[in-house]
Amino acid sequence: MESTKTKLIASPYIIWMAIFIVVPLCLVIGFAFTTKDGKFTIENIAITAEYVPVLLRSMWLAVISTAICLIIGFPVSFIISRLMPNRQGMLLTLLLLPMWINFLLRTYAWMTLLESNGLINKFLGLFGIGPFDNMLNNQGAIVLGMVYNYLPFMILPLYSVMTKIDESIIEAAQDLGANYIKVIFKVVIPLSIQGIYTGVTMVFVPSISTFIISRMLGGGSNDLIGDIIEQQFLGNSYNPHLGSALALVLMVIVLLVMSLFNQFGNEENIAI
Amino acid sequence: MKFKAFAACLAAACMIPALTANAFVEVSKDYDYKRFDGKGLTLNVANWGEYMSVNSDESLDVNNEFETLTGIKVNYKTYSTNEELYAKLMSGGADYDVIIPSDYMISRMIKENMLQKLDFENIPNFSLIDKKFLNPSYDPTNEYSVPYMWGIVCIIYNTKMVADKIDSWNALWDEKYKGNILMFNNPRDAFGIALIKNGFSLNTEDKSELQKAAEDLKEQKKIVQSYVMDEIFDKMEGGSAAIAPYYAGDAVTMMEENPDLSYCIPKEGTNKFVDAVCIPTAAQHKEAAEMYINFLNEPEIAYANCTYIGYSTPNTAAYELLDDEIKNNPLQYPDDEYLQNKTEAFKDLSDGTNEYTKQLWNEVKASSSNSWVLMLIFLILAVVLSIYINIRRAKKKKQDAF
Repeated sequence: MESTKTKLIASPYIIWMAIFIVVPLCLVIGFAFTTKDGKFTIENIAITAEYVPVLLRSMWLAVISTAICLIIGFPVSFIISRLMPNRQGMLLTLLLLPMWINFLLRTYAWMTLLESNGLINKFLGLFGIGPFDNMLNNQGAIVLGMVYNYLPFMILPLYSVMTKIDESIIEAAQDLGANYIKVIFKVVIPLSIQGIYTGVTMVFVPSISTFIISRMLGGGSNDLIGDIIEQQFLGNSYNPHLGSALALVLMVIVLLVMSLFNQFGNEENIAI
Repeated sequence: MKFKAFAACLAAACMIPALTANAFVEVSKDYDYKRFDGKGLTLNVANWGEYMSVNSDESLDVNNEFETLTGIKVNYKTYSTNEELYAKLMSGGADYDVIIPSDYMISRMIKENMLQKLDFENIPNFSLIDKKFLNPSYDPTNEYSVPYMWGIVCIIYNTKMVADKIDSWNALWDEKYKGNILMFNNPRDAFGIALIKNGFSLNTEDKSELQKAAEDLKEQKKIVQSYVMDEIFDKMEGGSAAIAPYYAGDAVTMMEENPDLSYCIPKEGTNKFVDAVCIPTAAQHKEAAEMYINFLNEPEIAYANCTYIGYSTPNTAAYELLDDEIKNNPLQYPDDEYLQNKTEAFKDLSDGTNEYTKQLWNEVKASSSNSWVLMLIFLILAVVLSIYINIRRAKKKKQDAF
């Protein structure tokens, strides 16, 4: 009885998944392995080899921005989670405030800021510093855009896990003679590993497949795999079959990386 | 009740300026614009972004005018590249009645049976189109398209950052402007420039010529600040870049915003493009669409459009309405001799050449190092690491069991 009831409640989501996740996935696979005439081929997958440098670049940038997000996000969410509850609410609202503004606009704003005639250079110019010419149109700017846009996705899951860590556990560790660093590494990190895992997934996956950030901040000469895929559907080179093949390859790589990371996570758990 | 009366007054008050605004547009009297009035028709129009006088305070709203005149509702959509329009039509998701693709895309669409032949009985204003735009290479029998706007590709530069007199495409390869050069972010235009620079045809199918152009583009990449399309407006107007190639009509807009900007029509020649109005095969309301095309060629409407977007009009009656200053501007209306001898329009290339250009463009854009091996090593490492972790974990479990 119980299980049929649960199934019934879950059915809207299962139907949703079937229609909007499984069917498109099958379409992607179908497109990836067919030619324009609908014949089976593996040529599309073979062609993706040409885009390996782009794929590597996307992965590299995604890894860097995920790492930066983690390094920034971890202390921030720990500090927030140790505050008084009403202060926590305020800080979280401040954190989410930029997300009320449209994603594209926020990225566009960085363009205006970093431009060699942009606001930052103009401001520094007041003090006779600069101007710095190379802030925009490079990979650093892309990483900046990614970190800026996806940082809340790292902080929120970390925070929600860390608020559950009981203060008395930390005090107990300190009572037993652990210093600050030891407390962080032996208590806080192991207890928030699930949050780290979720945060990394939520930053890494959109970072590796982003296309608009690289176009706006990368100056068009640092195309990422997302740009290439987008071009196959809406851009200069219309070829949905190759686009699907690229998307499929990207999907496999993301799954591989995530499963790898997941194993690290589990091991940490066991080690404790 | 009172509220209703108030609302009615308010509505009436709003109507008055709208009505007076309409009174200014004159359309040809002998054309029956009313024949679909009251039938509840909706016309789906797809156009380039910022390519028609709509939603502007200073200029009249073409679609509003059409709606009040004919009673046909206009559903206006925009796209940003020819290829995007093509993709939307191909995927079957779009049901446009009127589209405005560029020359080479029109010939491709004609070849692939994506366009309908027009009934010129319904487009009497076609007679206003300048003779030199009739029977163009992209539509040799002139059955599918009515020219909408045309223009050339020019060089736009900031006089504060560029001291020399510029007259050639070579300026875009000049080391002096390192880090201040913008370039087209689409293969057709980018290759077009590199080809003309070398004296080749824009529509070459010769692989060695394309290869030479690709080498030039790779050479140029070292000094290019960024590859842009419409982002150019911000960068040139704000003075973040010194020199760039772009479409003449948009160059006019940029120069209005920033007086430091100037232009050059390269001596080697350039690309002349024509965007023309067409009706896709899947269109639902062909006759209404033809009415819309005729409306676009009413002198007043064509005049409003070309003054608003800054491109050049092929409509002779609208041209007559222009100020002398614009008529004599060599950027917008270059003399016939230059147009005849130095400009070339894009044609649709063979699939093989398209494929080859795309491949070369990818090479230009991608970093030169081929990291196939690196990728493979990474994948193997990942798998090995994951196996190792699993084995270690299994061992640990065994130890724990003891």
